[in-house]
Amino acid sequence: MAEPATYQDPAVVQRVLRRTKTVAIVGLSSNPLRASHFVGFYAMRHGYRVIPVNPREEAVLGQRSYPTLADIPEPVDLVDVFRAPPAVPAIAKDAVTIGAGALWLQFEVISPEGAALAAEAGLDVVMDRCFKIEHARYLGRMHVLGFNTGVVSARRVGFS
Amino acid sequence: MSEDLHADREFGFHTRAVHAGARPEPGTGARAVPIYQTSSYVFEDPESAAAYFNLQEYGNTYSRIMNPTVAALEERLANLEGGIGAVAFASGLAAQSSALFTMLTPGDHVLASAALYGGTVTQLKHLARKLSLGLTFIDPDDPAGWRAALRDETRVLFAETIGNPGGNVLDIEAVAKVAGEAGVPLMVDNTFATPYLCRPIEWGADIVVHSATKFIGGHGTSIGGAVVDSGDFDWSNGKFGIVADPSPAYHGLAFHETFGTYGYLMKLRSETLRDLGGAMAPVNAFLFMQGLETLPLRMERHVANARAVAQWLAERDDVAGVRHSGLAGSPYAGLAAKYLPKGAGAVFCFDLDGGREAGQEFIRGVSLFSHLANVGDAKSLIIHPASTTHRQLSDDELAAAGIGPGTIRLSIGIEDPEDLIWDLEQGFAQVAKLRHG
Repeated sequence: MAEPATYQDPAVVQRVLRRTKTVAIVGLSSNPLRASHFVGFYAMRHGYRVIPVNPREEAVLGQRSYPTLADIPEPVDLVDVFRAPPAVPAIAKDAVTIGAGALWLQFEVISPEGAALAAEAGLDVVMDRCFKIEHARYLGRMHVLGFNTGVVSARRVGFS
Repeated sequence: MSEDLHADREFGFHTRAVHAGARPEPGTGARAVPIYQTSSYVFEDPESAAAYFNLQEYGNTYSRIMNPTVAALEERLANLEGGIGAVAFASGLAAQSSALFTMLTPGDHVLASAALYGGTVTQLKHLARKLSLGLTFIDPDDPAGWRAALRDETRVLFAETIGNPGGNVLDIEAVAKVAGEAGVPLMVDNTFATPYLCRPIEWGADIVVHSATKFIGGHGTSIGGAVVDSGDFDWSNGKFGIVADPSPAYHGLAFHETFGTYGYLMKLRSETLRDLGGAMAPVNAFLFMQGLETLPLRMERHVANARAVAQWLAERDDVAGVRHSGLAGSPYAGLAAKYLPKGAGAVFCFDLDGGREAGQEFIRGVSLFSHLANVGDAKSLIIHPASTTHRQLSDDELAAAGIGPGTIRLSIGIEDPEDLIWDLEQGFAQVAKLRHG
């Protein structure tokens, strides 16, 4: 297995968080107890446009769901994946085809092949990381629950 | 948008001891972490309130569960230990009982070092009785012994980096291997070493607990404790349904599946701390954070003074033994060199010739060492364990913990070492009076 740390560069993570306006979440579930739902809910709260990609859902979090990335009729900045690793290479290809700027693979969605495919096409890639946690670490309020953000800074910044 | 926050920079320990967890307060710019002396927090709107209570958003609800001052301490301690996060508690004992409560159910078995702090031994026996847990205390020095004592129901191994008051140094790597192969976490009390001298997570420990009252606070002002999680343990391995299974307290939320590596800490805070209520006071968190800022500086002085005093004691004819693992003759010298290269701590025992009476006379003779039941203060402390901290233990348990009737425990402070040695000489003179009538 490729070392996931290759796709966990803090600078890339922060660039993706800041450049993204629209995120397509592949495998977004309407079950509020699923991790994907937590992430989708959180992303919407923090101002991202969330587009569910899940053939088994009509709509999630009030947003129309599309069967595949190729069906989305608008530009997508980030493709965030909650699917088993074998599904990732095909999703990565679709992400390249629709012109997404970045591919994000959630915890345990480890696919060196899919990651390399997207990276070679020029996409920013993050793997085995959670979009919600990384947003909370750098831009949000992860620190209020005593988590180690790893951030050491004397700059005064606002939190969203 | 502000610039990237340089999270890829590996800052040094001293820098992190001063900065981690304490970015300037965004509203006012206050540089010191404010003491948020508030019980509760106004919600932005009903949707936000719902999101906080559903654990969908990171936010403050009620200071029994979280508080910004306490959170800053938690993050700093987690950062220094190399953990993914921490939860602070009202005391070290509250921290470790809550850590255990979160992972155990009746019928589970706890495998613990027999050299644990007396208060911990008492707590484990009490918990075992009340919660129907199996409990075995074993010699911590033999990794094969840990393996041999495992049962099918064993769910945690628990020991201290530096045993109190025997001075045992745990072979963390070896015991972590036993725990890992058994699919159970190794929980280590790192109070005596502090993350400056040893970081158990780097050697394979899964959970680290602290009494912050000691060196973290460093000035003997406040009672507190904390649990730090490595994030490395797989709570979904089939043995920890209490962590991994859907929680009735949150509409069936499965903490480990939903929050991944953060699941145990989320449960520790959102269920155990919320329900048992042993929350740390914000003002205490502030004092502990002040303590952490100088932790590396103080520890350097603590261990240097302790080494000087231990060597001086070891050369005396009226001392039967000095149990400081930094001394060349210590059975733990090899382990201390491996796990505690900066110094083998500042709390150690020595044995007086003459037994219980000599021990009490020695304490009567000193005037700079404070006679009290604590350790890890900037001030040097002294106590006679058999008549105080370990009084609840039976003779057999005392012997198992390595305590004799003439054992004296010292917690060496940051005074001038010459003054500490002068004071101990007074103690020896007092004992000599007893002998020579």
